[in-house]
Amino acid sequence: MMEAAALERKYDLGVIRWFSVMAVVYLVVGASAGVYIASELAWPALNFDLSAITFGRLRPLHTNAVIFAFGGCTLMATGLYSVQRTCGVSLWSSKMAWFTFSGWNVIIVLAVLTLPFGITQSKEYAELEWPIDILIAVVWLSFLLNFVMTIAIRKSSHIYVSNWFFLAMLVMITYLHVVNSLVVPVHLFKSYSIFSGVQDAMVQWWWGHNAVGFYLTAGFLGIMYYFVPKQAERPVYSYRLSVLHFWALTFGYVWLGAHHLQYTALPDWTGSLGAAVSIAMIIPSWGGAINGVMTLSGAWDKLRTDYVLRFLIMSLAFYAMSTFEGPLMAIKTVNSLSHYTDWTIGHVHSGALGWVALVGLGAIYHLLGRLWYTDIYSPALVNVHFWLATIGAVIYIVAMWVSGIMQGLMWRAYDEFGTLAYTFAESVEAMHPYYAMRAIGGFIFLLGVIVMLYNVAMTIHKSAREGSLLTARAQAIADA
Amino acid sequence: MADKIHSTRLQDKLERKIIPLVIATALVLSVGGLVEIVPLFYLDSTFEHNKSPEIMWQRKEGQTLDDWKPGDGVRPYTAMELAGRDIFQREGCYLCHSQMIRPFRDEKERYGHYSLASESMYDHPFQWGSKRTGPDLARVGGKYSDQWQEQHLRKPRSLVPESVMPNYPWLDRTLLHGEAIQARMKAMKVLGIPYTDEDIEAASAKVEGKTEMEAMVTYLQVLGTMAKIDKGKEYRE
Repeated sequence: MMEAAALERKYDLGVIRWFSVMAVVYLVVGASAGVYIASELAWPALNFDLSAITFGRLRPLHTNAVIFAFGGCTLMATGLYSVQRTCGVSLWSSKMAWFTFSGWNVIIVLAVLTLPFGITQSKEYAELEWPIDILIAVVWLSFLLNFVMTIAIRKSSHIYVSNWFFLAMLVMITYLHVVNSLVVPVHLFKSYSIFSGVQDAMVQWWWGHNAVGFYLTAGFLGIMYYFVPKQAERPVYSYRLSVLHFWALTFGYVWLGAHHLQYTALPDWTGSLGAAVSIAMIIPSWGGAINGVMTLSGAWDKLRTDYVLRFLIMSLAFYAMSTFEGPLMAIKTVNSLSHYTDWTIGHVHSGALGWVALVGLGAIYHLLGRLWYTDIYSPALVNVHFWLATIGAVIYIVAMWVSGIMQGLMWRAYDEFGTLAYTFAESVEAMHPYYAMRAIGGFIFLLGVIVMLYNVAMTIHKSAREGSLLTARAQAIADA
Repeated sequence: MADKIHSTRLQDKLERKIIPLVIATALVLSVGGLVEIVPLFYLDSTFEHNKSPEIMWQRKEGQTLDDWKPGDGVRPYTAMELAGRDIFQREGCYLCHSQMIRPFRDEKERYGHYSLASESMYDHPFQWGSKRTGPDLARVGGKYSDQWQEQHLRKPRSLVPESVMPNYPWLDRTLLHGEAIQARMKAMKVLGIPYTDEDIEAASAKVEGKTEMEAMVTYLQVLGTMAKIDKGKEYRE
């Protein structure tokens, strides 16, 4: 108990607890929205002629909920936790961290109040209107400042590698969000992007791919570099590899946006440049994945008993898989088939469900016991969650591979008379079984998250019953 | 131990000092975006109309948007079209319908001539899309009658049984407002869209009393019909 009191005294953990719980809650919400819109594509009657729940209105809500609500709370929980632990100090400003928490949650509420009602800038993953965008910038900068200042007042000599990755995310997302969200407002709820056509397309995908590259990759790699070694109780496999991984990723990822626009009206030089760098990115990406997985070398047996470690290692397998798939899809020949199809959706979800969610949730499981000073309520349910998540993600991805490649092939197929073999409607009809399968895969994944939410709630309940957190806090106050 | 350098001296220095690390990261992060985005604003080859000026509508002194005929060239959207385009964005149509035809044989036969950059230069924001759950719409204008489009928006499955598109019955029930569209055209003018004061003044009367359905169909019917595309011409290198 003394140790718990010492930790309570030394670190700011209250805000981390809130971010962690909200991350799981938001994933339930975001994944539910995802399952619903997936079902709408399989069974369009589910749109019910209600404007607020049609696919086109709910899809932005789904992406915003999983990326910014779940992803954001996860990154803020793990980032603000690991920066304290690796620097050996509490947060530079506890008040500012609470501002970040409340501000971020206000933004999420505003998203729910605007997106289903068609208030949107209609730029993918940047749909929120300009007043909310300004709020995002302010809250994000509070996160950045607190993070940087906590490092500035650190007790350790070197800045640990996980913090480099979080820093790259913090800086890059600031660039991207500010530039991509530049608009001329008509009124409070409507604005037009200052960019148009081809330039807007390039700016949008510079944002779009780097939201993936920095928010969902660099940030979550920060999670990997702290939580995998901690959970495995071993040092990172290779320091040099992590240096290489970091600089190659920060330099290279930024170029990839153009691969979303191959064969479009974007000049060919830009698309080809994006494709070339995309292919080269397999080197740092796999370097990073190897660095994470090999951290377990000599301790592989832990995977049998440590279910949390399973989440972290499986996430790296998905990371390696989707960072192989990405460069493959950036090759122009492959892209000519895969672009505009469900293959892209499958690729995104192998990254989102397999990598982002698994590594993030693994880190939150790791935090549970340490934040509430008790053991996880049910390790068996962690294992159940692990299998539901893995099986759900695999069903989802496979469904989208099949439907995506089939779409691409049907659209370009010719019959023996040299005319197009299929109408577009025939390709839509052929997708039905895979859309149903995708909804089922997503539902299985969602079940896993619900199991986790139950496990989290019961762990907190257990901690309250044992009084472990309360005692630690009381002791910490008494010691002070 | 703490003073031993495990990598290079520069790396070691960055790892010990937060401000230089932030600055170095910020610099490295900015290269790719600068190289890929900035040239698009000054390279003439980005837009086809720099070589083929006939793609753009050459509006003469005193002409209004009503004087334009299909094929005269790319022009700013009329009040009705802009209202329709805003509804297109509000409903998230771009999430399932692209407006960007690629230069492939099958796309040419299915959708028409490949899209030109100049054709979307008045689109704030762009509507190229990233997914075709439904077909491309870049040149859908004139392919179907107004009645077909209206019926399809009301009940897509009554015309295309395989469709998974939602019904949009509320478009018939909502009316447009003159001042609202004028405010939007004024914002577009700030962005550099060549609307004249007369265009904006006339806009109110054009949309007053019209439904969202009419605006949406007007927008769909103009897509891809502005510029006259010469099929034998090489617009891109």
